[in-house]
Amino acid sequence: MAEAIRYGQDLPVGARGRNSTGWWGLLCLIATEGSLFAYLLFSYVYIAIQRGSAWLPDPHPSLKLAGPNTLILLASSVCVWWAERGIKRNHRGQLLAGLAAAVILGTAFLGIQVLEWSGKDFSLSSGSYGSLYFVITGFHMAHVIVGIAILLCVLGWSATGAFTRRRHEPVTLGGLYWHFVDVVWLFVFSTFYLSPRLIG
Amino acid sequence: MSRPGATRPDQAGKEATWEGARDPRIVDATAEFPGPRLKRIWETKPGLLGWFATVDHKEIGKRYIVTAFLMLIAGGLEALAIRLQLSRADQHLLTPEQYNQLFTMHGVTMIFLYASPVLSGFSNFLWPLLLGSRDMAFPRLNALSYWIYLAAGVFLYAGFVVGLGPDDGWFNYVPYASKTFNPGVNIDIYALGLILLGISTTVGSANFVVSFLRTRAPGMSINRVPILTWGTLTASAANLLAVPSVSLAFFLLWMDRQFDTHFFDASQGQPLLWQHLFWMFGHPWVYAIVLPAMGMVSDALPTFCRRPLVGYTPVALSTVATMALGFGVWVHHMFATGLPTVALSFFSGASLIITIPSAVAVFAWTATIWTGRPVIRTPFLFFASMIVLFVIGGVSGVMTGSVPVDWQLTDTYFVVAHIHYVLIGINVFPVIGAAYYWFPKFTGRMLNEKLGQWNFWTMFVGFNLGFFPMHLLGLLGMPRRIYAYSAGMGWETTNLIVTLGAFLFAFGVLLFLINVAWSLRRGPAAANDPWGGATLEWAVASPPPVYNFAVIPQVVSRHPLWEDSLAEGEARSSLTRGLLLDRGRETIGTTPLDGQPNLILEMPGDSLSPVILAAGLSLVFAAALGHAWWLTGLGVLICVAALITWFWPRRVHGDVPRESAHG
Repeated sequence: MAEAIRYGQDLPVGARGRNSTGWWGLLCLIATEGSLFAYLLFSYVYIAIQRGSAWLPDPHPSLKLAGPNTLILLASSVCVWWAERGIKRNHRGQLLAGLAAAVILGTAFLGIQVLEWSGKDFSLSSGSYGSLYFVITGFHMAHVIVGIAILLCVLGWSATGAFTRRRHEPVTLGGLYWHFVDVVWLFVFSTFYLSPRLIG
Repeated sequence: MSRPGATRPDQAGKEATWEGARDPRIVDATAEFPGPRLKRIWETKPGLLGWFATVDHKEIGKRYIVTAFLMLIAGGLEALAIRLQLSRADQHLLTPEQYNQLFTMHGVTMIFLYASPVLSGFSNFLWPLLLGSRDMAFPRLNALSYWIYLAAGVFLYAGFVVGLGPDDGWFNYVPYASKTFNPGVNIDIYALGLILLGISTTVGSANFVVSFLRTRAPGMSINRVPILTWGTLTASAANLLAVPSVSLAFFLLWMDRQFDTHFFDASQGQPLLWQHLFWMFGHPWVYAIVLPAMGMVSDALPTFCRRPLVGYTPVALSTVATMALGFGVWVHHMFATGLPTVALSFFSGASLIITIPSAVAVFAWTATIWTGRPVIRTPFLFFASMIVLFVIGGVSGVMTGSVPVDWQLTDTYFVVAHIHYVLIGINVFPVIGAAYYWFPKFTGRMLNEKLGQWNFWTMFVGFNLGFFPMHLLGLLGMPRRIYAYSAGMGWETTNLIVTLGAFLFAFGVLLFLINVAWSLRRGPAAANDPWGGATLEWAVASPPPVYNFAVIPQVVSRHPLWEDSLAEGEARSSLTRGLLLDRGRETIGTTPLDGQPNLILEMPGDSLSPVILAAGLSLVFAAALGHAWWLTGLGVLICVAALITWFWPRRVHGDVPRESAHG
């Protein structure tokens, strides 16, 4: 038996923080997109196990660009977190600065990824390793592009003063999506760049 | 029940204006108020624009059901063509290529374009009514889900009607489906069409999950929701996790075919990766297209037994358990591929264990009939027969879940018999029964009972005549997917019986369609609650008003409409006195477990964004099929524009000035 219903209190209208349908909807999106990357990485591991270590490119993928790039992406997440903290305290300047910094860092990540791509001596069609590498990192880059587009929208809306201390659901949701994209990169990064090191 | 909703002057002050929080009034609904006011707020504008822009879950649900039934008819006609071709030995009505496309499209249509969407249709229409809400959590997403489904259906059929339909079977194994062995556009249409459909399924599923968690009536804790919502919730959660697998498989296949990647070729990649990705999706999907149908039976069968369902909690839990286990059985589709014995043993064991939660539902239904006072009407016949067909399909499933038996029977007609007992038995029979049961709620008219009985018996006899002998054909060694067979194999008589049964079954479905067509115009008008049902949808008019509930009901039990007759306790649900939410399209948001009100949901109005987004996505996929990349780019731009419009922040969040008349 559930407890009696509590009426007679002020209920927020629309959304208040995570008390919104949008928050739950985004969690659903993250679940399904997270699954997509799980299946992508499963495909990599499945083929890698069957092909053995000789299948990996020689030398193994270098951390020279990917390592710093990972830090750049993580830094962008911190910026988004800082931006949201700003609007919660009614500091619109902090919101704008944080979002702008995240967009710049995200774009830098993309640029370095393109550089990394162009330095590879294998291609999408040269073998199954290349197919997996370019499709999986490509999927992630597509998500980064979408994430930047979302941050740009949120930035634009923030600049026009659409959000207040209590009403900034798009900032919360856009931020969560961006964190998700960053976490996915950690898995992609670990799979392609770190796991070959484990087997020497 | 609660204090009268007095106005608090301080509320209109700063607190109310900075974030629009308010304490909604509680009122008694009368004919004058608030119904007419809500009707003005919720009504869709007439005309073509309104037709494209509507986000009313009832409208979308009906469109889903009608479209899915058109697909059922298409898939059924394909099946009849197949059966004609197989009715005699050495028949040549169809060419092998035509036959391949027919059996592939039959599978694709029934599994992807009928079985799941028809359940989405019922759930879309029924969920807010069952849950005491005014719409789904994301009404525009609901519209989007339908439009993409429609687009994907057209996309998949566009190739077929010009003779370029998919032709490697619905599970589309490589290397048959690789460019080398199937160079035409057929498989590319299938690949892109199914990715498009996957988007529809995914957004629809997210909508069901969030609607379940956040839009139940106050007091409807999760142990009081109808079982249908458990079924659809479980299926939807599974879809969120499983659909990406098949979408990815088809995307990688398309890459292999168009951009020379090497995911599935034997020299560099691994053809079995296709089967893994396909069945990691495929098996959960089988449960996704039966669990909501089982839920409909769990809710509607008790109405005809005049007692609540036996074992609500075990049935709800076994629904979830079936799905969870359903993620661990996919390899039983791959027993004959040469996987290690330890893998076969594990997946065989899991496939046998899954019978336990399935059996819970069977025993619960049987006990409900046994201990009830059955009223034999058409829906009851369909629901009760479903139990029988489920058991037959379940037993043949257990048989093929055992590795040695599977090695004998795989790729024979035994498996064809099994899948049809499962899918027709646990999807089509409950769906037709549910159509009889909820037709009055959909349309305000009853279906004809006498024709209904004829409808049922024709379908039931035709189905068993058509599909039971297939078990025998399989045991006799007849392989699936062959387009012709020689005389003297000993299969002729049985095949002829199967074909006759199939036509009888199709005639039964035709009787249903005739009944619908006739009853839509001449059927007797239906009262609110023609069957004496227990759940909230029967508390509103047939068909329901556009806003569903004039005031938000408050629920204290699983059977809000049976509380007086069951007399289980003192408390009574309140159906005509409840929260007044009338400042625009509003409904109540409640906590995920207990159903405590904690948010006033502002629902979006009608919008063209969903249909434009669906059109943009369709353009992306159609252009990608022809490598017209600039058109793909244009499609992407349309999608971006539609999405930005969609998410544009509304600056006035319920901060509407208080109206003195109602506030």
